[in-house]
Amino acid sequence: MDLETFWFCLIVVVWAMYFLLEGFDFGVGMLLPFVPRSGEERSTTLRTIGPVWDANEVWLVVAGGATFAAFPAWYATMFSGFYLALLLILFFLIVRVVSFEWRSKSESPRWRATWSWANTIGSFGAPLLWGIGLANLLGGVPIDSDGHYAGTFWDLFSPYTVVAGIAVVALFAFHGATFLTLRTIGDLHDRAERAALRLAIPAAALGAVYVVWTVAMAIDRNDKDLFPPALPAAVAIVALALAVVFILRGRNGRAFTMTGLGIVAAVATLFTSLYPRVMVSSPDFGNSLTVEGAASSHYALAVMSVVAVIFVPVVLLYQGWTYHVFRHRVGDDAVNS
Amino acid sequence: MSSLAVTTVDLARIQFATTSLYHFLFVPLTLGLAPLVAVMQTLWYRGGDERWLRLTRFFGTLMLINFAIGVATGLVQEFQFGMNWSIYSEYVGDVFGAPLAIEGLAAFMLESTFLGLWIFGWDRLSRRVHLATVWLFALGSWASAFFIISANSWMQRPVGSKVTDGRAELTDVWELFSNRFGIWAYIHVLLVGLTTASVVIFGVACWHFVRGRNQELFRQAAKLALIVGVPISAVNLGIGSQMGVVVTDYQPMKIASTEAQWDTCQPCAFSLFQIGGFTEDDQTPSFSIQIPHLLSILATLSWDGEVKGMNGLQAADQSQYGAGDYIPPVRATYWSMRVMAYAGTLVFLVLALGAFLYRRGRLATTRWFLWLGVLTIPLPYAAALAGWVLSEVGRQPWIVWGLLKTVDANSPSVSTATIATSLGVFVALYVALLVVDFVLMRRYARVDPPELGGEGDEFSLPAVEY
Repeated sequence: MDLETFWFCLIVVVWAMYFLLEGFDFGVGMLLPFVPRSGEERSTTLRTIGPVWDANEVWLVVAGGATFAAFPAWYATMFSGFYLALLLILFFLIVRVVSFEWRSKSESPRWRATWSWANTIGSFGAPLLWGIGLANLLGGVPIDSDGHYAGTFWDLFSPYTVVAGIAVVALFAFHGATFLTLRTIGDLHDRAERAALRLAIPAAALGAVYVVWTVAMAIDRNDKDLFPPALPAAVAIVALALAVVFILRGRNGRAFTMTGLGIVAAVATLFTSLYPRVMVSSPDFGNSLTVEGAASSHYALAVMSVVAVIFVPVVLLYQGWTYHVFRHRVGDDAVNS
Repeated sequence: MSSLAVTTVDLARIQFATTSLYHFLFVPLTLGLAPLVAVMQTLWYRGGDERWLRLTRFFGTLMLINFAIGVATGLVQEFQFGMNWSIYSEYVGDVFGAPLAIEGLAAFMLESTFLGLWIFGWDRLSRRVHLATVWLFALGSWASAFFIISANSWMQRPVGSKVTDGRAELTDVWELFSNRFGIWAYIHVLLVGLTTASVVIFGVACWHFVRGRNQELFRQAAKLALIVGVPISAVNLGIGSQMGVVVTDYQPMKIASTEAQWDTCQPCAFSLFQIGGFTEDDQTPSFSIQIPHLLSILATLSWDGEVKGMNGLQAADQSQYGAGDYIPPVRATYWSMRVMAYAGTLVFLVLALGAFLYRRGRLATTRWFLWLGVLTIPLPYAAALAGWVLSEVGRQPWIVWGLLKTVDANSPSVSTATIATSLGVFVALYVALLVVDFVLMRRYARVDPPELGGEGDEFSLPAVEY
């Protein structure tokens, strides 16, 4: 495998990590007005993701930085082209970040409700727009012969991309509800379980529609064959179906593994469908940005590869350890001690 | 000639300046408080003195309120290179992207993960491991600053790269990270962080002394702040001055503009204050206070050193780079340098006087000085922001010194109306966040540090709660 392809794969891994991890903390944020019934329960709900959401979000920072470093032309065209969408994403992420820290800083119910809603709105808005934005890489956007974005904000919305955005939201909500069932006790746990049950089938169905449509787009818009994109798509569909089965049978741990696998496979479906391009141009397909054309020099990629090979495993180790440390159900302290 | 019409580039510049300066309102305190809170926790761990534990939690809470908004606004920084400066991004990504990516993966990840462990790990981890988490958080924040400053320093002095086919390519990563400009800038920024944190801790302590509350506890905090703050703020005046020497070597136009030095001088006097003399049409100030030889010493470390003037540098730049105006905004660089230097000096003097009073045992009773201590809190912020204005405005018209001009670097696909929209959104959002942040910081700086629980129960109190 050449270095350009290696870096494309690495960026896929980073996006997959971001969606896998921040996916459930977004989901928990979305469920905040619906699953917990009191301010106290909302605090408990937030505490399930408290120790980890910030580090989860760093995967996004890494995705941005890695794209900038390894594929400057991709980063430049995508980030300037999706300008207003990214502005909205930043807005959602910013209010959400501060909501975590600030909500508990006053006893006033109005204050707490405000920041709970800020968290929820951010948790819905950011993944919706990420879903729409990333789907546009494949769905095709107007790119001129200099590689600059030539469309408007509204060009980002098409039936395919909007369904992609909604599917991402639904999958994260399901993923988050399943996570909550593993981290809560009592009434809160029971309500999280009911939420997961309700979300399971719609989320899995939307996820399946999304991956099938993605493969169709790959063939239609990106000159791809059925294979390999159909492979991760099949994995995604099977995993999501299993997640539904497991949640129906009350096997929440396994269900969470499957929602996670489904999300990772869905990300893989998108990027497998995209390769060897990084941004499909439509209507002028010839102006599409490619892995080869957008990549940095060999030396820069080699240096970055050394860094990645050393640090990605280290990061996974200590992040994994964090999840081990906080594996207990929140609110269970009295029982433990 | 300046025109009244605001161009797309101007708006993009205003947005970048606004969001960057705003982000840097929160960075120094994190850089400084992280190790100082770690020191407090270490003192508790080693000596068992529970006052240090209470201080750890008290200042830890302030650190977290501050850190949240730093994280939130940091995301904007990474995104807007691509959003607003796509030509720049494509041109420099090969070189400039590497430190940003490494920052995320190797530093910010460490910082965020171990912060989560520190906040929620009080009753989950052993004391020793929990202590390690706060140190790793501090290490992450310092490493993060290194990579960001390395990236910025490449824009100031591009090394370790060559230009091929109209874009910069990385040729030597060690040169990139051992940039002489970057090393000095990094030390400078770290010491700014420690100074800011010392001033904040000291100012908060002064406020509690004024109110006559928690005296014993805050005497310890004040002592720590003075032990760190007095020498660090003094050394940083020297490091800042050394930055001037480095800038003279690599960016002579920036120094000439900073000193409003139109003609080459030798020896050169330092202008403390002047009226006029800031434009090409008005090169001689109508009034000025000068110290003979001081500019020669500051810029070249010699009594009679030569400092090149803007007129000669402009002519030389025109013959090297073609027609154009290579002089940065003189008034902005001149005054930002002086705000930085004067505020930095005042900070040192206040802390030194505080140390003197402390040793005499009169600190907690000298009320006028206690108020001065509280009022000093904004000064390191003013100095830090002015320093960035000097560094970035002084680099104009270049976005990458000698390689790419700012006016040629913005996103062609982003319209003036779009940037006006985003600028409006950022300003409205940031003002709201600043108000909330200020109110929260003020409230949590004024509360009584929480008492610890009953015996053997010191772990029951989380540093922060959700």
